[in-house]
Order: sequence, then structure tokens, then C-alpha cells
Amino acid sequence: MADKLKVATTSLAGCFGCHMSFLDIDERLLELAEVADFDRSPITDIKHCSEQVDIGLIEGGLCNAENVHTLREFRKHCKILVAVGACAINGGIPAMRNHIPLEECLQEAYLDGVGVDNPQIPNDPELPLLLNKVHPVHEVVKVDYFLPGCPPSADTFWKFLTDLASGREPSLPYALVHYD
Amino acid sequence: MSGMKIEIDGKAVPFEEGDTIMEAATRAGVYIPHLCHNPEFTPHGSCKLCTVKVNGRNCSACTFPATDGQQVLNDTKELNDTRRTITQMLFVEGNHFCPSCEKSGNCQLQAVGYFLNMLDGHFPHFYPQRCVDASHPDILLDRDRCILCELCVRASRDVDGKNVFGLSGRGIASHLVVNSDSGLLKDTAMAATDKAAQVCPVGAIIVKRHGFEVPIGKRIFDGQEISDWSLEREASEAGE
Ligand code: SF4
Ligand code: SF4
Ligand code: FES
Repeated sequence: MADKLKVATTSLAGCFGCHMSFLDIDERLLELAEVADFDRSPITDIKHCSEQVDIGLIEGGLCNAENVHTLREFRKHCKILVAVGACAINGGIPAMRNHIPLEECLQEAYLDGVGVDNPQIPNDPELPLLLNKVHPVHEVVKVDYFLPGCPPSADTFWKFLTDLASGREPSLPYALVHYD
Repeated sequence: MSGMKIEIDGKAVPFEEGDTIMEAATRAGVYIPHLCHNPEFTPHGSCKLCTVKVNGRNCSACTFPATDGQQVLNDTKELNDTRRTITQMLFVEGNHFCPSCEKSGNCQLQAVGYFLNMLDGHFPHFYPQRCVDASHPDILLDRDRCILCELCVRASRDVDGKNVFGLSGRGIASHLVVNSDSGLLKDTAMAATDKAAQVCPVGAIIVKRHGFEVPIGKRIFDGQEISDWSLEREASEAGE
């Protein structure tokens, strides 16, 4: 049998809902484990990809400088990069802040918002700098496949991964294509 | 019966004097993707989604007259690829955050995306700044989702007799305006029972207090492709 596939996953500006939906493949995870190993992923708690990973699933868009760095590193190590979910594909809910100047967002969240205690805008050097706008991942790196949905359903992950694992060109039937 | 025919993808389709290609196709049960066309209103020809090849030339099926013997290509890979690109452009030129949109699942723009197997927006997103007008007690106007199809303009003018809507500006600055001194919907004669409040194919004109009435999985395009849905609704309008 050929070597097992290496699958990595990570989250940028997203809510981790796509990862949760992925886990909803439930007991099929055991079937998946027969053909694939998890590399970098919150599931394994591995922080950086191995030199060469076969499939990288990336959730979330780009809202700060660290997201951009993580995405570039991920792209470098993944043979196939997959943008997963609305945030990775079009910025999603975080991109709804794109209508509002960043300064106003920060003011509302940390100074003027209801119930704010000790108002101050966080300014620790450890905090990644925010981008003016939230962007989808394909605007920064080449993306090979897209799995739409908020989140994509467990069946969508399953269909996509089993297609790839058995050497078929992945394709999603009508019922698995959703933007919400 | 006139006996005149066009051919769409090799299938003979009869038509009557004055028919557009879209009208003849719809009557014959042939779906041509469309967004700004609605058989109840005069064609507008703005979205270009209905682009077909007529005797070798690209034309909008909703405005192009049928003439005897025309050879029309409709359901081809090339045309569907072009339509997918057009749909992607419509998405990136607006602010379409479907997970937060009340129209999701019942939206024709989304449904056309599903139909064409559009999985991403492909182009860089514009994230344009557009004004939301929530001033009216019963109707929300969210210009972020407007695709400038002018269906509300046509409905308000031709059915409601109110002329509430119009388009203003050019190119990427084009936007929907309302006919009141304040520029706000609340100061127009618009009512939630108007035809103009019902025709929007996307979530730009929403009647308030009806959001999320039908659960996910049971909304129109969760189960039914827009091709079947359109033909079911529109064939009777187009035929006798
Ligand atoms: S109008 Fe349609 S495409 Fe736009 S956000 Fe709403 S559901 Fe999505
Ligand atoms: S508001 Fe709706 S019906 Fe009116 S032009 Fe925009 S998309 Fe078309
Ligand atoms: S439906 Fe023909 S151009 Fe829009």
C-alpha cells in the first residue's frame, strides 16, 4: 500500500466551526485514519507542518499580520491547499467589518461599547497587527480547491477527502454546495 | 400555430411572432440561466447571465428576438463557464455574506451559483461601501446585496404605479436610489404589499419580520435546482 496521506489543518480568522463540522464525520474518522495521518492540526496540537504535507485544509480569512504569515507557511508545505468555508473563501462574517473603518471598530469594541470596563485599545507588542480589511485566502496564495459553506457539512468534507484519497478529481453534488 | 422554429442545443423549439429566445425556450421547458429577467416584466438585459450563442454570436436570450431557423447554443461548457464568471463578478462587486442574509436559501443569485457549481468568487473582493436603508417600518433596503437588475424599478413603475426606485451613477458607482427628498425609503409611497417589495431576486429588498421563517434544509433552493424552479413558475407566464 502507498504511504498514508498527510493532512494538515489550521484556522485563521474563523470561528473553528469548520473544524467542528469536520469532526462531525464522526466514526468515519476511523476510516479516514486508515488512509491519512493528521499532521499540523489542533487535533494533534502540532504547531508547524512537516516538510511536505499532501492536503492542507485552511479555515478562516485574513484579519491580521499573523494570519498572512501562517497562510504563507502553510502554502509552502502543502501540496494541495483547500480553502474551507465562507471566511476562507470570501472573508465571511469577519469581513462584515470591512464596511467600517478599523479605528471605529476598535473604538466601539474597546472604548465606547456597552459594558466596557477600563477602556483602552489593546497595544501589546505580542498582539498581531490588524489588517485594514479582512481578505479571503485566495487573494494572497494560490488555492487549489474550495469547499463552500458556513460551515461545509461533514458530508462535504467526507466526499472531498474520499475523492482525493482514491485518486478521483473531487466533485461536489448539488446537495453539498451551500454558501451558508 | 405559425410553424416557425429555432433550434436550441439541437432541439427544435417553436416560437411565435415577437418572442424572444428566452420566451420560446421557457415555453418549451428549456432553462436558460437568468437573473434580471422575469416574464412578468419587460426585459432589461443587464445581467448577461442568459448569454447564449446565436448563429455563432453571443447574445442575451432575454432580449434577442427569435427568428426562423436560428441555431442557438445554451447548455454548453463554454457558456456555463462564462456564466459562472459573470456570477462570480456579481458576488465580488457586492457584499454577499450569505450566512448572515435573510434571503439565503431562497436567493436566486445564490441558486444560480449552486446551479453553475460556483465554489468561490475567484476575483479579488471589492467590498464596496454601500448604504443600508432601514428607515421604512416594514421594508429593509440593503444595497450591499443589490445586483442592479431593475426588477424593483420595473415593478414599482409598471405595476404599483409609484416610481419608487431608480438606478443612479455609472460603472462600479451604480446604485439604487429611491424617489424621495430625503433619499430614504420611509418618505416614499412604498408599502410592503407592493409588487416592488416582492420581486427582488436577492436579499436587497426584504419585508421585515419574516426572516428565517423556514429552517435551513427546507428553503427553496436547499432541495430544488433553480432550473426546475424557474421553469415551473415561469412556463405558465410565457405560454398560453
Ligand atoms: S443576496 Fe443572496 S447571494 Fe447575496 S448574501 Fe443574500 S443569500 Fe447570499
Ligand atoms: S433591489 Fe433587488 S430588485 Fe431592485 S435592482 Fe437591486 S437586486 Fe434588483
Ligand atoms: S436575464 Fe438576460 S441579461 Fe439578465
